[in-house]
Amino acid sequence: MATIQDIITSYKDKPGGIIEAYHAVQREYNYLPEEAVEFAAQVFGISAAQAFGVATFYSYLSVAKRGQYIIRMCESAPCHIAGADILIKAFEDALGIKVGETTADGKFTLELTECVGQCQGTPVITINSIPYIDMNPEQVPTVLALCQ
Amino acid sequence: MAKEMRIVLRNADQINPEKIEDYLQAGGYKALEKARSMSRQDLIAEVKKSNLRGRGGAGFNAGMKWSFVPEAPVKYVVCNLDEGEPGTYKDRTIVEKDPQRLLEGMAICGHAINSNQGYIYCRGEYPYVVDLLRRAIDQARDNGVLGDFDIEVRMGGGAYVCGEETALIESIEGHRGEPRFKPPFPGVSGLWAKPTVVNNVETFANLPDIVMQGGEWFASIGTPSYPGTKVLTLTGDVVNRIPIEVPTNTTIREVIFEFGGGIRGGKKFKAVQIGGTSGGFIPESLLDTPIDADSMRNIGATLGTGAVLVMDETRDIVDIVTRISKFFEHESCGKCNPCREGTFRAYEIMKKINNGQAAPADLDKLALLSRVMTKACLCGLGQAAPGPILTTMEHFNSEYQARLQI
Ligand SMILES: Cc1cc2nc3c(=O)[nH]c(=O)nc-3n(C[C@H](O)[C@H](O)[C@H](O)COP(=O)(O)O)c2cc1C
Ligand code: SF4
Ligand code: FES
Repeated sequence: MATIQDIITSYKDKPGGIIEAYHAVQREYNYLPEEAVEFAAQVFGISAAQAFGVATFYSYLSVAKRGQYIIRMCESAPCHIAGADILIKAFEDALGIKVGETTADGKFTLELTECVGQCQGTPVITINSIPYIDMNPEQVPTVLALCQ
Repeated sequence: MAKEMRIVLRNADQINPEKIEDYLQAGGYKALEKARSMSRQDLIAEVKKSNLRGRGGAGFNAGMKWSFVPEAPVKYVVCNLDEGEPGTYKDRTIVEKDPQRLLEGMAICGHAINSNQGYIYCRGEYPYVVDLLRRAIDQARDNGVLGDFDIEVRMGGGAYVCGEETALIESIEGHRGEPRFKPPFPGVSGLWAKPTVVNNVETFANLPDIVMQGGEWFASIGTPSYPGTKVLTLTGDVVNRIPIEVPTNTTIREVIFEFGGGIRGGKKFKAVQIGGTSGGFIPESLLDTPIDADSMRNIGATLGTGAVLVMDETRDIVDIVTRISKFFEHESCGKCNPCREGTFRAYEIMKKINNGQAAPADLDKLALLSRVMTKACLCGLGQAAPGPILTTMEHFNSEYQARLQI
């Protein structure tokens, strides 16, 4: 795995590249470790406060440690009327955690999200950004079993 | 029977989006060649004549926007592929089916405003679209079709407000995506303070056909004040949840009952929300309205992005609007007070109503707050956030009344 320093440094010359650098770190580490944000501040010549300000503005970026599989459940209106609440509950029950939490073994994190642009197949979840459409609670065990 | 008309989706499912050869075979990049043989003034005049209006929501005349761009050594063309408006998947559909068309449209704009650098701001939720676009750009570059125009893809971070053009620019610059005060408009001072044209994916994707077939041809399609086609994305309780492309004089009823196949499960229609989560709710009595932006505005609704969320007779309007209020409370960037506080309070009151704990005075407060936000918020997010509340209070008032504590 590339080091955080290498990843961030490779975006050094890209104007406004800090967000691209964050995405790249998150692709490898699933979240933005504190040292990544502090290092990015140095590389892009801004204060640590500003670098954290950017990192925490965007809901797709996370400064909190997350699991190996990030399950995001859409709760925007189209998914809401298609039964997102029941689906969310089914994931919480199956994993024994609440939204915003990570399983003790570090495998799964559950998050809510707004529309992910797959509303032809509501309700929708994504696992590590890959969409799963037309979900129903009965499919939860099958989908979790795919995460190996 | 109303018919689809395909301009931006002309090549959809007809060509392989991964192969530039397919696009070229289908006549791709001929329009760019033609545009480059025209003077910049003539090109802008042609686009103005087509009366192509922005497909990202605000509906501003594209050629007009370009004509305001001053001379400067560096200028930028920015494509808005943030598509954060819930219920919308049209820009994804356009790009997934025919990415080269977007690149060609951007390059045409590049010639018109004399810019050789484009950016595509793609929402972070579409990493697979980012990858597809980067492959498409590589192919176009290798093929030499773009000439000296280059395009870079930047990825958003899951903030709805970054669809607002000045917030989007802040985000490309690597900052928090907070909207700027306008003026100056981006056309004069945008990305890195350089003149910048920001247009939606669908706006750019219309350009190759406008250049090839002429502004007059385009202006004659659909409703004259908002001509052309519109890609709509159907969601909710409609039989066919699909993207469609129709002339702008198509009515809402045709969209739902002909293209959409009517309501699922043999149920009755209750309401439709068009334009995304900030759009107005429309009752049965207004379904014969054409979808063009002006007709929609006349009934107090919006065309917006063209999302069509259909709700059947069993749906709970108050509950849905409560959910929508939470969306705005969450997505408010917090820069201005009327929106930061207003979306918070609106959600608070909606929860109270939804839980059956509100009094008539709460409805009055909510209506007043909504009107203030419409006028006082800095950007379109806060200004449009009360739309669903105000339109449902108007058209579905009995559902609010039934929830009040007596
Ligand atoms: C909160 C907010 C979100 C927006 N989101 C988008 C979006 O996702 N895509 C888009 O093209 N325009 C969006 N817009 C409109 C843009 O600010 C801008 O008007 C548009 O990109 C201009 O392109 P057009 O003239 O081709 O429509 C949004 C506006 C606001 C206020
Ligand atoms: S209206 Fe809302 S989103 Fe727009 S600038 Fe104000 S706080 Fe930010
Ligand atoms: S509303 Fe859930 S994916 Fe669009």
